[in-house]
Amino acid sequence: MNNDTFMLGGKEFHSRFILGSGKYSLELIKAAVENAGAEIITLAVRRTNTKDTENILDYIPDNVTLLPNTSGARDAKEAVRIARMARELGCGDFVKIEIMKDSKYLLPDNYETIKATKILADEGFVVLPYMYPDLNVARELVKAGAAAVMPLASPIGSNKGLATKEFIQILIDEIDVPIIVDAGIGKPSEACAAMEMGAAAIMSNTAIATARDIPAMAGAFKSAIEAGRAAYLAGLGRVLERGASASDPLTGFLRD
Amino acid sequence: MIKINGTQIDATELPLLAYLEENGYNPKRIAVECNEMIVPKSQYANCILHSGDVVEIVSFVGGG
Repeated sequence: MNNDTFMLGGKEFHSRFILGSGKYSLELIKAAVENAGAEIITLAVRRTNTKDTENILDYIPDNVTLLPNTSGARDAKEAVRIARMARELGCGDFVKIEIMKDSKYLLPDNYETIKATKILADEGFVVLPYMYPDLNVARELVKAGAAAVMPLASPIGSNKGLATKEFIQILIDEIDVPIIVDAGIGKPSEACAAMEMGAAAIMSNTAIATARDIPAMAGAFKSAIEAGRAAYLAGLGRVLERGASASDPLTGFLRD
Repeated sequence: MIKINGTQIDATELPLLAYLEENGYNPKRIAVECNEMIVPKSQYANCILHSGDVVEIVSFVGGG
């Protein structure tokens, strides 16, 4: 498995678990990152309060690639502004585009996301757009310069699992950049299933952040993602249309 | 008035670096935008904010 890597923005990654850093205490982030074996961590950009003496960067190991998101952006223009500010924070040029117009379902605006992807890719960003899994949109995102495509599994923070499974499979089968399943994965078994389907990586935050034991759940996801990847590489056994197929020899029975 | 992170500051001119230092910002951990344009860190010392400017000072926080 050591040689099984994937590339984003000219960087090689071994871990296929992208960990979110939202909704849990700074003290737990380091343990979660370590147990997850994550090489990419997502962050958000917000107005800063001078009273904040602690900064999240102090809790993230140096060898981890930071993936700032553009959460809070309601259109392409706002996403581009946030991405530029994130880059100015001096932690590389990766960006996860996240553009939402409604606060109830938090669904990504695919159209604005394509526009922002084009602008930011042209400015040299490594662009990972979060999107609603639609093949036509995914093709447009790749044409616009996306380094990967991040389809949602179910609504953000819902832990509802692979509600869009069939459509993510289409992206995996048809799109040449890495497909990173993002949002809604609630259980290690669901992360494993997405990896078995051929996803390049899994992005998860809420499933970890809302677990009773955060570092332990990070470890459980790591194992599940590795298992799913190994299964994908091994090639899953076939499924019968109907009937059964004996696993045992059909000869030499103890009867005449 | 100068608007910084949504709050109106009663000033007609304000040197950016002095403002950041007085308010305890760590320049290494922030990014500054003035009127929707990034102010590069190398320009903090030369940047004078003027009345009507809209400024955002941001940093990283936990997020998905």
